[in-house]
Amino acid sequence: MPQIGFPILSVITFLPLLGVFLLVTMQGDDAAVASRARIVALVTSLVVLAFGLYLWSAFNPALPGYQFTETAPWLAGLDIGYRMGVDGISLFLILLTLFLTPIAILASGSITRRVRGFFSALLLLETMTVGMFAATDFVLFYVFFEAVLLPMYLIIGVWGGEKRIYAAIKFFVFTLAGSLFMLLALVWMWRNAGSTDMVTLTHTPIPANVQIWLFLAFLASFGVKAAVWPLHTWLPDAYGEAPLPGTIMLAAVLSKMGAYGFLRFAVPMLPNAAAAAEPLMFTLGVVAVIYISFVALAQTDMKRLIAYSSVAHMGIIIIGIFTFTVEGIEGALFQMLSHGIVIAGLFVCTGVLLSRGEGLVLSRLGGLAARMPAFAALLMLFSLANLGMPGTSGFIGEILVIVGAMKVNFWVSLLAATGMVLGAAYMLVLVRAVLFDKFTRPELADLPDLKVREYAMLLPLAALVLWLGIYPSNFTHVFDAPVAALVQAHTASLMSHSALAMVTAK
Amino acid sequence: MIFSPLLPALLLGIGGMVLLLAGVLTKRDSFTFCSLAAVALLIVAAVASAVAPDGVLFGGLLKTTLFTRFADILVYLGAAMALVLSLDYNRRENIARFEYPILVLFAVLGMIVMISANDLMTLYIGFELQSLALYITAAIARDSLRSTEAGLKYFVLGALASGLLIYGISLVYGFAGTTNFVALANILSSGAGYGTVIGIVFVLVGLAFKISAAPFHMWTPDVYEGAPTPVTALFGTAPKAAAMALFLSVMLGPFGHLTAQWQSIIEILSGISMALGALAAIGQTNIKRLMAYSSIGHMGYALLGLAAGTEAGLQATLVYLALYVVMSFAAFACIIAMRRQGHAVEKISDLAGLATQRPGMALAFAVIMWAMAGIPPLSGFFGKLYVFAAALNAGLIPLVVIGVVSSIIGAFYYLRVIKVMYFDSGTPDFDATPGSVRFVMWVGTAATALFVFLPGPLISVAYAAARALMG
Repeated sequence: MPQIGFPILSVITFLPLLGVFLLVTMQGDDAAVASRARIVALVTSLVVLAFGLYLWSAFNPALPGYQFTETAPWLAGLDIGYRMGVDGISLFLILLTLFLTPIAILASGSITRRVRGFFSALLLLETMTVGMFAATDFVLFYVFFEAVLLPMYLIIGVWGGEKRIYAAIKFFVFTLAGSLFMLLALVWMWRNAGSTDMVTLTHTPIPANVQIWLFLAFLASFGVKAAVWPLHTWLPDAYGEAPLPGTIMLAAVLSKMGAYGFLRFAVPMLPNAAAAAEPLMFTLGVVAVIYISFVALAQTDMKRLIAYSSVAHMGIIIIGIFTFTVEGIEGALFQMLSHGIVIAGLFVCTGVLLSRGEGLVLSRLGGLAARMPAFAALLMLFSLANLGMPGTSGFIGEILVIVGAMKVNFWVSLLAATGMVLGAAYMLVLVRAVLFDKFTRPELADLPDLKVREYAMLLPLAALVLWLGIYPSNFTHVFDAPVAALVQAHTASLMSHSALAMVTAK
Repeated sequence: MIFSPLLPALLLGIGGMVLLLAGVLTKRDSFTFCSLAAVALLIVAAVASAVAPDGVLFGGLLKTTLFTRFADILVYLGAAMALVLSLDYNRRENIARFEYPILVLFAVLGMIVMISANDLMTLYIGFELQSLALYITAAIARDSLRSTEAGLKYFVLGALASGLLIYGISLVYGFAGTTNFVALANILSSGAGYGTVIGIVFVLVGLAFKISAAPFHMWTPDVYEGAPTPVTALFGTAPKAAAMALFLSVMLGPFGHLTAQWQSIIEILSGISMALGALAAIGQTNIKRLMAYSSIGHMGYALLGLAAGTEAGLQATLVYLALYVVMSFAAFACIIAMRRQGHAVEKISDLAGLATQRPGMALAFAVIMWAMAGIPPLSGFFGKLYVFAAALNAGLIPLVVIGVVSSIIGAFYYLRVIKVMYFDSGTPDFDATPGSVRFVMWVGTAATALFVFLPGPLISVAYAAARALMG
């Protein structure tokens, strides 16, 4: 197992707190503090990203288990420890967070009030999210999982749009309600296994009749976070009202927490319940894909349209996870990455329009391709990636999920594929309304094209979209070992006891 | 020395009387001096308590163990912080009388006796000593109608509770033939008759009054609102810790073999308190009333550990109590800092826009509110985690579900305070906060926020204390 001389996961997790400390202790008048705060936050996030890339380079993709593990005693007498580790499943989610935080910081040009508070919240969010992906102790995971709420609540509520208070409270109460049920499940599993170490929990069998209840608790918690239909109603409000950087973090990173939870807890720890819930999850996923796609088609606001498209894609991810096939799960993981990057790109594009004083109502936009060619090209690229065009990242994820679903159930894969068609429909509507139609208003003709800061956000995202789309195996080969182990363990645990004994003996 | 287990209490008693003499004999205003001396006494007592040995004194009337010392230190902490908070407030409100810190000292002495009681009679004496001293403190602002009303209300309902308690004690004595805890435990180990059980129920109700567990909570909101805020801060911390410790030691000590008889009562108290604390707080506009309902809810969660009736449950209750005391005095520090143009303001809406004008104070208040709502990584979460875990392990699933639902509802009103501070616009224009209040605020906030990094010591001490009580 590769080890580095220092606890790299803790460094990545807690380094942003140093940035928060610098921000909080800054002296000077407001304007000076604001501009320095931007730089401090950006530099901090870039340094953390550098550590993250180093982590990737030192990561050994051949191993299925956790790497760079750290353990320290934490809560005395209860076998709850500070345990951190990373495997092929969490590695890229951590990197995604690290990569999108600087983009979100760059996208915060519109934040002019209480600037350092905003960046403190954003860096705090980074700490909590990375910590959550890196935690290998259930209680530690729960702490980070919940703590994400605190900065996000403030980001939406303080810096959000008109209905921000409603959106913030709805977001908080929905997610809190879900998570508290997970807390109960946590306590039950902790008593059952005598430990909260996730490795131990994964290997401790749970009676099948209890699994159903635990699964429902997880569904309440992760389903809300992943915005699985019908638990998604907080999402359009939160996405719509959050300030742009908040929306980016919510859509690109936070929504992955739910899917990650399913993959990390529900599937490996509750194999029987997960298998039994397969039809339910497929139904929820398919409904999300088809129904929400139609809802997206009906939207008149660019930001809300993208928000709903995000819910539809979460449906694909859920279907992928619950196929319990290597293709399906790898597809879901790949889709998580791809969706994170693409959705961030799309939201940054809306930010470009907002920063030029434009609204996002589709009927008041149009014809921008003529005067903003670079913007048009990039928006086009992200839109195509979002609808799953071959050669972009979106295609790989969706095709893998559909292949995985085909192995299990033809109809599910057919209906999931329908989602791609509907995705094409609403994305093309978006692209036409924004870029092509006629100028609805003469002012639109005077909009300047992209600026350096905007290129700095969009080009790395675009490059990643193409990298993931053209040469996906750089990413998938990291998934291979843990996903294969996951699927094998799942199949094994569904077999009878004697068969289980054979597999373990082998 | 034979009295060394009781040295902290003796220090307080003698110190209190010396201060009383000093206060009476000096012609000058000695409020600040007496307060500081009282705080110093409390600190010395806390240190002495930390190193004091176990012991049984006065022929089995008092007994000190690690459990009692744990509770004692919580009481000292709460009382000392409340006194620090009163330094500036009482001066500004013209209630800076030297008797106040001395009364607090005697109340603390009563609590110590109550916690260390090993006999129903010493229990009652301690209980009365602290109650009488506290009645006066509630009415210390004697020119204020609200304060006097609070004092009177507290007195009448408190007297009722004392009456119930002594009636229960007399029944237990009548049927069991002794008031000594050890002897009672022996006698009751083979079961109890109806008379004894009725007596226990009366004792239980009397104690439930003191910790303001629903449905015996009626005095709490009015007293919290009416009493001067530093007094409320005192009520919210030290007596709560003392009464809860007494509750634990009585229920698990002499009545420890009758778990089957009282457990369901505790479950009911706990469930109603959690639910009522959450539901009734929603409509409140006064921050002190909100804290009153919140304290009712918190006592419900703390009782959840007792309802479990296990060592883990007891440990959970102690952890919860310690964390609650810290959160509580920090919250009251924030409330005391709410002064505009020389007057205390108490409406939640007065906090609007605080985050813009006073980001530090708003952050501290927000941290405390989140901690009270039980959101990780703040300390309140760990308290909840421990009590929920203990209760689930004891099979109290319906009660835990009530607890979870109440937590969600509770989160809503705690969030509302944060919403008002951070999202609403307004100009609170609060007066500059004195250093003493800022000190209490930040000590409490820092302890609440940073507990996650160093939870070990408190949890292991609570574990050892629970072991000491359960034997």
